[in-house]
Amino acid sequence: MKLSAKQSTLLVLILIIALAPFFFPSAFYFRIGSVVFVNAVAVVGMVILTGYAGQISLGHAGFAGIGGYACALAPVYLGLHPALAALLGALISAVLAYLVGRPILRLKGYYLAVATLGFGILVSMVLSNETAITGGPDGIKVPDLGLRAWLVDRGLKISNSQFWYWFSGLALVIGAWLALNLHESATGRALRALHGSEIAARTVGVDVARAKLIAFVISAIYASVAGSLIALQNRMITPDIAGYMHSIEMVTMAVLGGAGSVLGAIFGATILTLLPQVLTVFQQYEQIMLGLVMMLVMIFMRDGLLPSLVARVRGRGE
Amino acid sequence: MNLLTVEGIGIRFGGLHAVRDVGFSLKAGEIVSVIGPNGAGKTTLFNIISGVYIPHSGRILLESDDVTGFDPYLLARRGMSRTFQNLQIFQAMTVLENVMTGFHLRESGPVLSDLLALPSSRRRSREAESDARVLLARVGLERAAEREASALSYGALKRLEIARALALNPKLLLLDEPAAGCNAVETEEIDHLIVDVAKEGTAILLVEHDMKMVMRISNHIVVLDHGEKIAEGDPATVSRDPRVIEAYLGTQGQDANHAHG
Ligand SMILES: Nc1ncnc2c1ncn2[C@@H]1O[C@H](COP(=O)(O)OP(=O)(O)OP(=O)(O)O)[C@@H](O)[C@H]1O
Ligand SMILES: [Mg+2]
Repeated sequence: MKLSAKQSTLLVLILIIALAPFFFPSAFYFRIGSVVFVNAVAVVGMVILTGYAGQISLGHAGFAGIGGYACALAPVYLGLHPALAALLGALISAVLAYLVGRPILRLKGYYLAVATLGFGILVSMVLSNETAITGGPDGIKVPDLGLRAWLVDRGLKISNSQFWYWFSGLALVIGAWLALNLHESATGRALRALHGSEIAARTVGVDVARAKLIAFVISAIYASVAGSLIALQNRMITPDIAGYMHSIEMVTMAVLGGAGSVLGAIFGATILTLLPQVLTVFQQYEQIMLGLVMMLVMIFMRDGLLPSLVARVRGRGE
Repeated sequence: MNLLTVEGIGIRFGGLHAVRDVGFSLKAGEIVSVIGPNGAGKTTLFNIISGVYIPHSGRILLESDDVTGFDPYLLARRGMSRTFQNLQIFQAMTVLENVMTGFHLRESGPVLSDLLALPSSRRRSREAESDARVLLARVGLERAAEREASALSYGALKRLEIARALALNPKLLLLDEPAAGCNAVETEEIDHLIVDVAKEGTAILLVEHDMKMVMRISNHIVVLDHGEKIAEGDPATVSRDPRVIEAYLGTQGQDANHAHG
């Protein structure tokens, strides 16, 4: 049987996640791997917003912040289990994305970019300044998810970093599966249609305002879940998670890999997460490097790294 | 009853009256053509009727409802569909997917079922796919189904847009220069296709520079010049009208070039 594009993408992804540990030089790489996967979850959300629907957001870190702080605060103030707290964070992010998205998605191009940037900055300011609740710029502790302890009790000997590697990997596979499902559905076609020609999408009956809102809300949920995973994994969270640098990082990862493809997005997330670990210069000048990567991709590989490389390998590159 | 009634439509761009006080009507199954020299306001008129532009004066009635200023997606729900003179193709999608989007209204469902690829969602996509293949065959593009739309020739893209517009199963179909860029054989195929679609009861509003085609298939012709209606009637009457001959047919050589450009 021939595999569909969706099946082969998922298969490649699962194989990479399953086989990568055999090549890890040290246990530390489980930790890096889990950071890669969590970043990739957020970037798959950007693929839906930017790659499918053609809309830009420079404020999605705001939703990651909401997801992250929900895991810190809901257990304390509402007595919720951390997993339910993550769910609550996703719900709040979705509602907020809906409310914020309605007015700002009418804007186009750089107006939309600036408006979303403003939203992200607003969230990170609230998180920094409401010191009494959020702990301010120093951050706040996050309770344990408890799943690893539960597994260990049942005789599965797994280290903390191994647990988060597999757990984040699973989250990424699920996130990729949902995004690929969407791609091949009527909703996904409507999103891609409005990207291709907004006017033609309207004339075939797509309610463009609603379609943009759907993409915005779904991608916000992805960012929120990624934020929750970061918080739960680090057992602590700071307002940096909602900062505009994190938003720009998400967009750069999506664009670097090729915003239209799920696998490309994961590729972009992988490279930009690994580089700072491998090259110390990258660590020191991370912001400069991000800007440079963004400029180079836009100039030389507008379709993103992965699609451009694939085209070049096939001999169709420009 | 009239399917479409256009009453005293006007729009200005800055100081330019692109369309001024234009009115006409259209019944089910009729083919009405709008002709006029380049820049006469034909496309602008289409954009007003299809909700892309909001007119500064006048009304659009669909059946008996006033739909002036309605968004195109609402007009699509009421049975209007169109093609574009300057091609509006979904570039990053395949030919098949382009036509499948035309079934959006009939085959879209809950977002959650699409995210989870529930059987209902997959069934809707399968139906859209097989319906789209039928339409692709109808415009002669069945063998290009899996190709990227951006790889098609101009004439093929024109037919792709017609297939996408037909997917809405429209009561009213607006075609803006469907035969532009097509060779003689393709033009004749489009000619037959339009006549067939009209026979099925769809009203067709046509802008076309190919005068042979317009004269042969139109029930009624509206002539625009500098945004104003200067004549209307059946093909024989219109082609004898001295104002039309002066404004339009006098420049036919130039327009014939345009039609093949
Ligand atoms: N959005 C716009 N803004 C400003 N002027 C416009 C706009 N759209 C159309 N026009 C002007 O309105 C006039 C009518 O243009 P339109 O495109 O409707 O002509 P047309 O009859 O379709 O011509 P053609 O046969 O070349 O397609 C032209 O002078 C054009 O420049
Ligand atoms: Mg025109």
